[in-house]
Amino acid sequence: MEKQEFNITVYTENQIGLLNRIAIIFTRRKINIDSLNTSPSEIESIHRFNIVITESEDVVRKLCRQIEKQVEVLKVYYHTNADVIWQELALYKVSTDVIAEKVSVERLLRENGARAVVIRKDYTVFETTGHREETDNLISILQPYGLIEFVRSARVAIIKDSEGFNSKLREFERLEPGEDVIENEYLNQGQKVFSM
Amino acid sequence: MTEKSVKSPVELSGSQALLDALIIEGVDTIFGYPGGAIMPIYDALYDYNDRLNHILVRHEQGGIHAGQGYARTSGKVGVVFATSGPGATNLITGLADAQIDSTPLVCITGQVFAHLLGTDAFQETDVINITTPVTKWNYQVTDASEIPEVIAKAFYIAKSGRPGPVLIDITKNAQIQKFNYEGYTPCNHIRSYRPKPIVRPQYIQQAAELINQAKKPFIIWGQGVILGSAEQEFKAFVEKSGIPAAWTILGAGAIPTDHPLNVGMLGMHGNYGPNVLTNECDVLIAIGMRFDDRVTGRLDKYAKQARVIHLDIDPAEIDKNVKSTVPVWGDCKETLPMLTELVERKVLTEWHDKFKEFTRQEVEAVIHDELNPTSDEMTMGEVIKQLNELTKGDAVIVTDVGQHQMVACRYANLNKTRSNVTSGGLGTMGFALPAAIGAKFGAQERDVIAIIGDGGFQMTLQELGTVMQSKVDIKIIILNNRFLGMVRQWQELFNERRYSFVDIQSPDFVAVAAAYGIGGKCISDRADLQPALKEMMESKGAYLLEVMVTKENNVFPMVPQGCSVSEIRLK
Repeated sequence: MEKQEFNITVYTENQIGLLNRIAIIFTRRKINIDSLNTSPSEIESIHRFNIVITESEDVVRKLCRQIEKQVEVLKVYYHTNADVIWQELALYKVSTDVIAEKVSVERLLRENGARAVVIRKDYTVFETTGHREETDNLISILQPYGLIEFVRSARVAIIKDSEGFNSKLREFERLEPGEDVIENEYLNQGQKVFSM
Repeated sequence: MTEKSVKSPVELSGSQALLDALIIEGVDTIFGYPGGAIMPIYDALYDYNDRLNHILVRHEQGGIHAGQGYARTSGKVGVVFATSGPGATNLITGLADAQIDSTPLVCITGQVFAHLLGTDAFQETDVINITTPVTKWNYQVTDASEIPEVIAKAFYIAKSGRPGPVLIDITKNAQIQKFNYEGYTPCNHIRSYRPKPIVRPQYIQQAAELINQAKKPFIIWGQGVILGSAEQEFKAFVEKSGIPAAWTILGAGAIPTDHPLNVGMLGMHGNYGPNVLTNECDVLIAIGMRFDDRVTGRLDKYAKQARVIHLDIDPAEIDKNVKSTVPVWGDCKETLPMLTELVERKVLTEWHDKFKEFTRQEVEAVIHDELNPTSDEMTMGEVIKQLNELTKGDAVIVTDVGQHQMVACRYANLNKTRSNVTSGGLGTMGFALPAAIGAKFGAQERDVIAIIGDGGFQMTLQELGTVMQSKVDIKIIILNNRFLGMVRQWQELFNERRYSFVDIQSPDFVAVAAAYGIGGKCISDRADLQPALKEMMESKGAYLLEVMVTKENNVFPMVPQGCSVSEIRLK
């Protein structure tokens, strides 16, 4: 099976050590994590991981099952890039003097969809969000003008499927799961949605 | 037990709260070894001595294997205590073993004071991180008030769903600290934890349709049947469907060895028919087993012709190694009766005759000579055969790892469930002696016989001290071939007899046992075998029987590594 980028979404309890438990599932199989973001979700005490790896779907499905098996993991989904809307945030620090003298700042901002976050005497920080190639673009533009520092966030992704998972999460939030908590419902939906 | 143990708050130390929790969880036996960081718990245990039986082992590895043996025979959670640092790290092998063999354990380790965490304090190790890959769940307690809830979770997680080992690391301050104890409530729900998937009837329906259409259906079962206490449900399914059924090493005994539909053992040293016919059946029904590579051999040549129905409680096992046509996710105690209801009664005479023909060939080529040798030296097989006559298949058989394990599992009669205690997935040498100790505590009314090789015995023989001190009535048979036999067999077959470091010297085992006050005998003549086994079984208390067996005997049949199950060799 052909390898491609997959976005793995993991909903978890906010628990010390869980990041390690999840990371081990990848390292054990010698799989590199391209990008990892973790943050609180819209439900208090439930955290959301976004993990990006390049693998075949078969491997991704097995990994997801191993992750979902962890006691403190509520739910795992995986999607191809086509199934998600995703963004990365990048910050660029450049010398204010150089940038003011040599570049038309306004043009630069417009052409790259960037905005200045901080303007100080000594340096200016720009921000862009977008796909990798978009944020890469501004690096190449700023590099000749003495890019002082660059940082890029992990990927955050939201699933295109209009249903979303908020309602399911709310369901999980309830203390006792009712009979109507459906397991396995996506089993046969192939790569569209994965869930146990 | 859902009621709280204490109605009004009382002041208890963390250690007392822990022991209180264990009593409410029904724990009767703890295996452990004290040390600096767990001393407050041991101090509290001094006052609980009348309610909690603590067995002092000689090494923490022995403690955890004993906990495993206890869990396997009793069906309850094994409980193990160890101190921080080296005490905790000595548990790792047992944790890994329990994790891969789905054995329910709760291990309590002491830890340095919370304010010393991360400072490389005396006997400090990062136990949580070390044990993460080999536990189902673990947690570090740094405040006494967490203890009741955490212990409740630990027991629930260890025994529910697919069981496994849980480790709770408790800092010394939390053991000492007093807090307002409001009682103990056992846990039966964790928001993020689904111990068993909800059964979907349409899959049961699909599975039944496949089975009813099958001409050559074949059942393979594993320990899931035993872990799910589904032996009766399984038997009913097998008997109604009339389908031949074979077992993985950990599934042994779920239905009696001599059941007419039991066609034998699967895997590398399994029986001829079950292995070959795996590649001939049209529908393969896998129940509570995980398609381990020792069972499947080469995956790309495994049961390719068959449509596979996989019943398992752990969704991560479905399609992990073998792609299933119909996955039946759920607890087999629930799913099997649903399936039994829908399957038709069938007589599959022609199909059964194939198994019989392979059995005939295997008996002729291997089994007859193994069990009835004519050479001067004894074989491992004939020892097991003689033992069967004495035990009538009613004993608990605990085996170590190696040739003797394969021989014992192949030939020992097991009439009852929970009779087979062995290290399946991890293949841990040194497992059997301590596991037998625990097995006896888990099944006190039964005979417990440990069958161990001369190599494995020397890995944990210090536990004879535990046998001595706690007066554990186990019978130990050492099958001594003066070799690390299984490695030697591989070297003979695949490395041109380059016997690299397999020639192991042993002490006088009978004298070692005698030093521990344990009776014993060493025999090398066939004429002595039956009387010696009888003497062993009739002797009061522990007994060690060393049987000198032929040096260079091989366990056959064998599926060589990297080969398909149908390429199984008879010699």
